Amino acid sequence: MPETLTRSDTLARMRSGEVGSVHSWELVTAVDGPGTRLTTFLAGCPLRCLYCHNPDTLRMRDGELVTADDVLARVRRYLPVFRATGGGLTLSGGEVLMQPAFAARILRGAKELGVHTALDTSGYLGANLTDAMLADADLVLLDVKSGDADVYRWVTGRKLEPTLAFGRRLAAAVDGPEIWVRFVLVPGLTDDAANVERVAAYAASLNRIRPGAVSRVEVLPFHQMGRTKWAALGRPYALEATVPPSAELTERVRDQFRAHGLTTY
Amino acid sequence: MTTETTRTDGASRTQGDRPASGTDALHPAWDGFVSGPWQDHVDVRDFIQRNYTPYEGDAAFLAGPTARTTHVWGTLSAMFPEEREKGVYDVDPHTPAGITAHAPGYIDKDAELIVGLQTDAPLKRAIMPNGGWRMVETSLETYGYEVDPVLRETFSKHRKTHNQGVFDAYPPAVRAARSSHLITGLPDAYGRGRIIGDYRRVALYGVDALIEAKELDKLSLDTRPFSEEVVRAREEHAEQLRALAELKEMAASYGYDISRPAVTAREAVQWLYFAYLGAVKEQNGAAMSLGRTSTFLDVYLQRDLVAGRLTEEQAQELVDDFVIKLRIVRFLRTPEYDALFSGDPTWVTETIGGMGDDGRTLVTRTSFRYLQTLYNLGPAPEPNLTVFWSADLPRGFKDFCAQVSIDTSAVQYESDAQIRAAWGDDAAIACCVSPMAVGKQMQFFGARVNLAKALLYAINGGRDEVSGKQVSPAFPPVEPGRALDYDDVRARLDTTMDWLAATYVEALNVIHYMHDRYAYERLEMALHDRDVLRTMACGIAGLSVTADSLSAIRYATVTPVHDERGVVVDYVTEGAFPTYGNDDDRADANAVELVESFMSKIRKHRTYRDALPTQSVLTITSNVVYGKATGSTPDGRRAGEPFSPGANPMNGRDTHGMLASALSVAKLPYGEAQDGISLTSTVVPSGLGRTREEQVANLTGLLDASVGGDGYHLNVNVLNRETLLDAMEHPESYPQLTIRVSGYAVNFVRLTREQQLDVLSRTFHGAV
Repeated sequence: MPETLTRSDTLARMRSGEVGSVHSWELVTAVDGPGTRLTTFLAGCPLRCLYCHNPDTLRMRDGELVTADDVLARVRRYLPVFRATGGGLTLSGGEVLMQPAFAARILRGAKELGVHTALDTSGYLGANLTDAMLADADLVLLDVKSGDADVYRWVTGRKLEPTLAFGRRLAAAVDGPEIWVRFVLVPGLTDDAANVERVAAYAASLNRIRPGAVSRVEVLPFHQMGRTKWAALGRPYALEATVPPSAELTERVRDQFRAHGLTTY
Repeated sequence: MTTETTRTDGASRTQGDRPASGTDALHPAWDGFVSGPWQDHVDVRDFIQRNYTPYEGDAAFLAGPTARTTHVWGTLSAMFPEEREKGVYDVDPHTPAGITAHAPGYIDKDAELIVGLQTDAPLKRAIMPNGGWRMVETSLETYGYEVDPVLRETFSKHRKTHNQGVFDAYPPAVRAARSSHLITGLPDAYGRGRIIGDYRRVALYGVDALIEAKELDKLSLDTRPFSEEVVRAREEHAEQLRALAELKEMAASYGYDISRPAVTAREAVQWLYFAYLGAVKEQNGAAMSLGRTSTFLDVYLQRDLVAGRLTEEQAQELVDDFVIKLRIVRFLRTPEYDALFSGDPTWVTETIGGMGDDGRTLVTRTSFRYLQTLYNLGPAPEPNLTVFWSADLPRGFKDFCAQVSIDTSAVQYESDAQIRAAWGDDAAIACCVSPMAVGKQMQFFGARVNLAKALLYAINGGRDEVSGKQVSPAFPPVEPGRALDYDDVRARLDTTMDWLAATYVEALNVIHYMHDRYAYERLEMALHDRDVLRTMACGIAGLSVTADSLSAIRYATVTPVHDERGVVVDYVTEGAFPTYGNDDDRADANAVELVESFMSKIRKHRTYRDALPTQSVLTITSNVVYGKATGSTPDGRRAGEPFSPGANPMNGRDTHGMLASALSVAKLPYGEAQDGISLTSTVVPSGLGRTREEQVANLTGLLDASVGGDGYHLNVNVLNRETLLDAMEHPESYPQLTIRVSGYAVNFVRLTREQQLDVLSRTFHGAV
């Protein structure tokens, strides 16, 4: 970014999506969509999940200002990688839909390059996703953090309903994106059988709107790798004493999803 | 027949250029083979090209181990714990090694399909004093064996060794650079290795035909006017002929007549193995690589399978038995040597797969069978199975490779396209990453210089940061209290590298002059053409540390800290700087530029036997030892901390994923590092996918995108940190846990604790 830009210039360019706040990028395999992916983590998130493992991405002002063209230049560089691995671009965060104009430009540019695109989102800001963006997304990793509204508010500080509505909109879209539902399993927080059951039933309900819309469910066992980040940021971390779920518990939860006919890992 | 070839540059292959002398009536051993020029002169590649059957299918045809195989391997496995415990299982301290020095030995004579041991018993090591007597004596004393007084007198008084020769001729600058660990690991007290005899020739032609060809070659030298080169070549040919005669004698002691070509597949494997065995009976080379044998042997196995003389199970059994032998090649070495190179390495490297110049894949069923030994016998570091990877390889083979890597971590991958473009489609890897055309090319192995230490010398005006001694020519050190200036430091480094290149090439010239004189590899060279391309394989260590240090000086503020001697011993580094390994040109360009610059300096110097200078970016596991001998560096690495291995980015600094790291390394130009660029990556299984199919497909994709693209080499480990931690605590539960280190695989439990910790500190790529 040229340093001569004034603050208002910068804001204008951010509004237009020319520029965005980016935390980091990584070439990852098999976790944020199929193949090897350029996962770009956008800075800023409206949720405050107790178990957040990337608390350093929560504030937009902590990111680095990057142009959409810069991101697309990197996408272009990795075209051979995407071809070889069946991968593509994943926009993650933070919350990608905090910066919809920026995300829209990148998605469009990636599609023009013929690249597979994925959005990793909580869905809370799903209203920010335009129909044009919807058409440019091949896959949505929809993070349903809880099936119970009260638990959701406890875990994230926000309402559950926008996420549910967003998922239904994705499923209802003609030629809509593939959906991977993700659920973070945190002992003592999200592991209650009834809570899990609600998420599973919801995921299954999307497949009734558009058969095959939810092609997989990923149950992500909570881990403590975020702990050092919370400490480094000097912020209180509520899950200091929480241990990762046992293999048995993880399997029980996966089975709950499978019971709804969902392909679950 | 003749092995004579025309000397050409490395970019084109040499071919025998003489017509048949009319002596070779077609041998019945060649029944069913497609005829061609290979019948008129030694040309194994031509034989392979005309006769092999590419295999495009999957792994479903493979056979498991037979009871016989399991029994033979079990007999050896029962001996390994004692060997691991004592360091060596047994030593013959009285018999200097040679092709015919030892009586025949067996694991279980009645059960073995392929026979032959280095000494008269399995795991019993021979002494090889021609390299240097001190190494022998130290090793014997370490392991509690008596030192034979007659041998001591012979090799310290009457018979000069390679080691003595070298030290007679080293100039003071080389000695100083050597003792300060600036130039390290030089093969001046051990065999240089990295010479691959074309062991296939013995199977295809029989020893008598090879002797006849060598005699003709020698004859052609007899008529040339005197020069030291001509006389040396004549003497070498006489030695080669003697070695071939001894090879026949050794095989005869096992009851085989290898004067004639091999007739059956079993004979082909046996003949080839005898040739290799002759080499490892006599030479304690740092790397005793096998070459590229699987597709060659496949021609014989396929002929017998088609004729109904062999079943798949029997074919696999032959390969399994051969590989068992390769797994127990042993040399007597000092614990210091093993500490430098991790465990007890022999680098029986076998090159598998790849594509041919005509576009057909060189993958055959036997390529699969070699990999299958990792299941039939369990994982092991030796032989060092090396796949030449190309995006064009058949899908079935790619998937099987990926599966084997996921299951065993015992395979390494190198770029088929880059190696083929430089050295042709019958090239093989010696040691870890050094390619050469089999039977047509050899190298003068040169270990490596410590580039990070050179940077510290540049800052300190040629004084060693640990000892304080003046090692390289004196010039004013940097000023105290002032931040380092990039242009100034880079200019200083350039001057230091000029001196270093000159001193280094001088050392290598002396070493290889003396090695040819006192420890000539007569059998391995007997299995080469008359005129071979020689490369002078220089190398650098500490590339990532040096590149990151330059980046720190350029992009952050680095202030030197002087001690009371006036030597800079530490650095205060303030601010952020880009690091090598994140596909960021700002940092990666430093690494590229260092490689190019050092290579151009090496090229300025005259080399022994006009060898073609090359360079590797490779450390094996000596990155730990080099780091130990190197003070703190401007990138923030503390004194004594390990370097990253080979061309790897510094541990933990490659934060943008395994492939971003590989793409940074892929920027190093192979043309400026023709002896190879080593990259080792570790990925956790879950980082490859949720299901087995996903994992295989994703690893295949990663290989296509790295070594199938611009990358030169990828050593892949697929394992969890927890597995390694558990193996450190309970080594007895992991006797076969194999992991890849720089260009090589090791038994994890045989590493020193320091090396184990180094492996654990490396970046594990994967999902969280």
